[in-house]
Amino acid sequence: MTNHWIDIRNSDIILIMGSNAAENHPISFRYILEAREKGAKLISVDPRFTRTSASADLYAPLRSGTDIAFLGGMINYIIENKLYQSEYLLLNTNATFLVKPDFKMPGELDGLFSGYDAKKRRYDKSSWGFQRDSRGVPKSDPSMSDPNSVLQLLKKQFSRYDLQTVSSITGTPQEKLTEVYKIYGSSGQAGRAATIMYAMGWTQHTVGTQNIRTMAIIQLLLGNIGIAGGGVNALRGESNVQGSTDHCLLFHILPGYLPTPKSSWNDLATYIKKSTPTTNDPESANWWSNRNKYIVSLLRAHFDSNLTAAEDFGYELLPKLDDGQNASWLMLFDRMFRGDIRGFFAWGQNPACSGSNANKVRDALAKLDWLVSVNLFDNETASFWKGPGVDSASIDTEVFFLPAAVSFEKEGSITNSGRWAQWRYQAVAPLGNSRHDSAMMNELYYRVAELYRQEGGAFPDPITRLSWDYGFKGIDGKIQHLDIHAVAKEINGYFLADKVVKGKQFKKGDLVPSFAFLQADGSTSSGNWLYCQSYNGSGNNMARRSLKDPSGIGLYPEWSWCWPVNRRILYNRASVDATGTPLDKRRPVIWWTGTKWKGDVPDGGWKPLDQAGTKKPFIMLPDGVASIFGAKMKEGPFPEHYEPLESPIAKNPLSGTRVNPAIKRFYEDGKLPVDIFYTDDKRFPFVATTYRVTEHWQTGVMSRNTPWLLEMQPQSFVELSPELAGELSIKNGEWVEIASGRGKVDAVAIVTKRFQPFKVQGKTVHQVGLPWCYGWTTPNVGDSANLLTPTIGDANTMIPETKAFMVNVKKRG
Amino acid sequence: MELNRRGFLKLSGGAIGASIVGIGLKPAQAYAAPLAIQYARETITICPYCAVGCGQIVHTQASDVINIEGDPDHPINRGTLCSKGSSIYQLRHNKKRITEPLYRAKGAKEWKPVSWDWALDQIARKLKATRDATFMTRNTRGQVVNRTDAIASVGSAALDNEECYLFQKLLRSWGLVYIEHQARI
Amino acid sequence: MARKAFMIDSSRCTACRSCQVACKQWNKLPADAAINWGSYENPPSLTAHLYNKIEFIEKEQDGKFKWLFLNQRCLHCGEAGCLKVCPSTGALFRTEEGLIGFNKDKCISCKYCVNGCPFDVPRYDAQGKITKCHGCIDRVAAGLQPACVKACPTGSLKFGDRDKLISEAELTGLKLYGDKALSGLGAMYLLEEKPQEYRLAENPNIPQSIFLWKDVIKPLGILGFWGAIGAVMLHYVTVGPKRPDEDDSSNQNQGGEKHE
Repeated sequence: MTNHWIDIRNSDIILIMGSNAAENHPISFRYILEAREKGAKLISVDPRFTRTSASADLYAPLRSGTDIAFLGGMINYIIENKLYQSEYLLLNTNATFLVKPDFKMPGELDGLFSGYDAKKRRYDKSSWGFQRDSRGVPKSDPSMSDPNSVLQLLKKQFSRYDLQTVSSITGTPQEKLTEVYKIYGSSGQAGRAATIMYAMGWTQHTVGTQNIRTMAIIQLLLGNIGIAGGGVNALRGESNVQGSTDHCLLFHILPGYLPTPKSSWNDLATYIKKSTPTTNDPESANWWSNRNKYIVSLLRAHFDSNLTAAEDFGYELLPKLDDGQNASWLMLFDRMFRGDIRGFFAWGQNPACSGSNANKVRDALAKLDWLVSVNLFDNETASFWKGPGVDSASIDTEVFFLPAAVSFEKEGSITNSGRWAQWRYQAVAPLGNSRHDSAMMNELYYRVAELYRQEGGAFPDPITRLSWDYGFKGIDGKIQHLDIHAVAKEINGYFLADKVVKGKQFKKGDLVPSFAFLQADGSTSSGNWLYCQSYNGSGNNMARRSLKDPSGIGLYPEWSWCWPVNRRILYNRASVDATGTPLDKRRPVIWWTGTKWKGDVPDGGWKPLDQAGTKKPFIMLPDGVASIFGAKMKEGPFPEHYEPLESPIAKNPLSGTRVNPAIKRFYEDGKLPVDIFYTDDKRFPFVATTYRVTEHWQTGVMSRNTPWLLEMQPQSFVELSPELAGELSIKNGEWVEIASGRGKVDAVAIVTKRFQPFKVQGKTVHQVGLPWCYGWTTPNVGDSANLLTPTIGDANTMIPETKAFMVNVKKRG
Repeated sequence: MELNRRGFLKLSGGAIGASIVGIGLKPAQAYAAPLAIQYARETITICPYCAVGCGQIVHTQASDVINIEGDPDHPINRGTLCSKGSSIYQLRHNKKRITEPLYRAKGAKEWKPVSWDWALDQIARKLKATRDATFMTRNTRGQVVNRTDAIASVGSAALDNEECYLFQKLLRSWGLVYIEHQARI
Repeated sequence: MARKAFMIDSSRCTACRSCQVACKQWNKLPADAAINWGSYENPPSLTAHLYNKIEFIEKEQDGKFKWLFLNQRCLHCGEAGCLKVCPSTGALFRTEEGLIGFNKDKCISCKYCVNGCPFDVPRYDAQGKITKCHGCIDRVAAGLQPACVKACPTGSLKFGDRDKLISEAELTGLKLYGDKALSGLGAMYLLEEKPQEYRLAENPNIPQSIFLWKDVIKPLGILGFWGAIGAVMLHYVTVGPKRPDEDDSSNQNQGGEKHE
């Protein structure tokens, strides 16, 4: 979230699309209802009328996978009716920038942008750049009337998204589209704030990243980024998925979103040079120019502090990806399926149910030599070898199940969706003989290191020179009891030598006050620069519990701690005009007093934009402004509607390019039947989507095993309209079979008007939906909806497309 | 009448979040059972389900959990919870919790309980054997890569930050690059 | 002491069902085995282990679709049929806050309260003893909110001084249900639609026979013999001339939940 949960109460318009907050983030409705009491409008856009829709002022249905068309129509409406904030665009975005004249768009190239290489399924992006002046700074037209200006190109791109076209793609009635556009577009007026709450309903598509970008463009056009009650808010689904992302349990990034080293970056200097963005604009802060400080401090925290600058502080000890190597989820299980992965940890995760195309995942697990499952309960991953249709005797995988402690049986911090890192305490000892995850890691660290010390082996240095200093060591050199505070402090970082920074004297061993003090010379450590300030000389800031709210807008700056540097609303310098005066006088986030900023922690402390020495407000981007034109994207600098991999129509109504041209296709590349897909195919005529319910959580391991929750939603279900149920002679409450090209599941039919047939391209399209929280280890509840979903991912993130695919539904024989 | 208790926990820094409930009981009413949490120890925690980050109070007595409810001092949830948050008592009082390490041998049809020491030693040995057999110092182009592509890990958004950090540090020290978790799906 | 009450604002309910679970958690009630019968509404009705639940009601009117949610529970009536009809002194009782509690030790398993209730609330456990929402009288006595109210994230459930709740309710513009009925309900509703849309009787009342029992026959109960006769008569007028349910005593030896 750019903003945070309590801030939702500051909104005048709340759009919930691609998420279902009433069901999956119920407490958010405290703030939604508070906003509504003050007159705010709640809009729910969803293929199905949900518990969120039930509370909404306006509900609009859309066919799964057509969000860009829906939102593209809104961009068109906003521009046509001039609802955008010109001043805001001028100060905060690249809307004024001039794009190279040879740049071409889908309207001209049948759905493609210029530079597409059909063989490689990749774009040559050379035409996607800006015209630059002699200094290398992008040229701009403040009037935004130049035909090559970003705003004019945006207008041209989305002029194709008229109401009739959009409605024929999304299946949303035209009057509903207009209603939504009108209400949401009204937030372009100064003093009106609109927010978007989205989740996996946007990310889990082959166009997931562009779904979010389309909305980000809308928020920029309407001046909704940086202000209270605005922002682009991803509602994260797990208690610490924000923190686990920040600490980068992901193949492509190291803690603090630093890129994973790759083979061509053979030393630290090359890593820094190649991964640090540059700018020639003197008004761009280009915050990532601090990359060197952050990577060096990370290396100092990870490895033996005796390693010197000449030894690159141990850079060599980090594993490196091959250039172009993608080790993301779908690739990981693809390699496992092919027998290329031998050992596997499933630490607090149940991919046999959560992985798209779960049959492939389950088959892949059987190819492993060994598997370690760390969990609270038995689950479909740990016990895959005795799953439905599996002959245990033929499975050679050795499996270890390590029982973990629950949240209140351990101490540490977790980071919520609003980026608040909150400390929690241990109430009781782990149940029975279960253990803290950190205790297991400590044991594995020690035992593996000991084996390498005793026996040697392949390149032991990263293991033997890893720093692991988190508590009192016994005579065997093993930490007896791992002190989680010591880990928190290492994440924050220490001075490793006496040093004067910014006129302040620090001693070796002092905690670093905040990331502005980190050094590139090896004199500081910080396991994760983004968390530098979380645990410093003031103590454990994550454990703070003050309810002071001097802002009056619910920032609670002394409750816990949030990254970065306790900034509660990101991009908040876009909430003021060039003089530093808040755009929204009623709900100011920051304001310039004439000498300094007050309110929230500003995005960089530079003076307002009309003063000398200022820096532009979007400090993390090299151009200093937000990207309406986003050349980093794989499939185009502007969003464009493409159909899901599996869709009910033969053609993309907008162009001859049916699906996202930049996605990696598994079926064609590998020819594995397991990855098969069927689009516009009579055998699988119904659109399907997956979702969660209030009463369950993720794959259900922590809710199917919780009797009170299982009681409320005891068995898997499929929701379908009375029209479809009538066609298929399906009665409410009867078990039916849902099948896709990859698998089948059984579920109880819930026949409900909450699903309505769509009119798409003049034909009736039915959609059904089912939850993915069930699994066979719980008797008689059904199995995961991911047995149906395809092996395909977003072009940028490779997040699987589990929100739109095709199925058949039939009575059980 | 102020029904939410306020200020029962005034915590800062690393103080242990526990205290005795300070509720003044009215003269006993014949019909009402005594308040079960009257003498309980209180510990503050954050809900393990979604990422709203609601505060909870765990009431314990004689080293076991007797009640868990919303933390009235938490600015986000102000003492309230959703149905999942209200259910976490059953994460503790739950016959299905696995509380001993288990092992499944090649071809076996059932789990068998094993000791921690044995399980951890076995995992360390297998990890080393796989790593040693598959470790790549250089790739096919001769560039230094120092990794293994034959061991992978998924998870964990369920861990605390400190554990996430330790986990990635450990995995990367072993040379893994196939490191993924819930954020990707 | 001023009478206390619940105010249940259906317009604020998002059906997160925290109330259902928080109640079970506080009162240590086990889960029931359940199946999906084609609805989110599970269990489909109150049970001996489910003191309050959310009803899910789908409704379409004039082309406008609505999904209504309502918390169902004991309404702690001012004039309580269950209390009137209960032949065992102290099995059902009214607290000084006006809530209706129960004492299983004194319950004689006659189930008259079931028939005395206009809202189909009382349930019987495996031992044949009454169970229902008692308003968390242990918490209320200690100055705490009932568990369901404490847990409710949206303020759909409120608990407090009844008069104050009513005056606040009048400002909402919603239909207030239960402020007058049965001498005023101890759990009132704020409704967006007519009561019937929520499966609520427009004018709830206690069967006339109950008045006969309470006001004429029950006072004679002190005579013992006449009381027994009276009980038979009441059974006849409220249940009919057949035996009580077979499960009335057959589960006596099964373990059930422990309860105050």
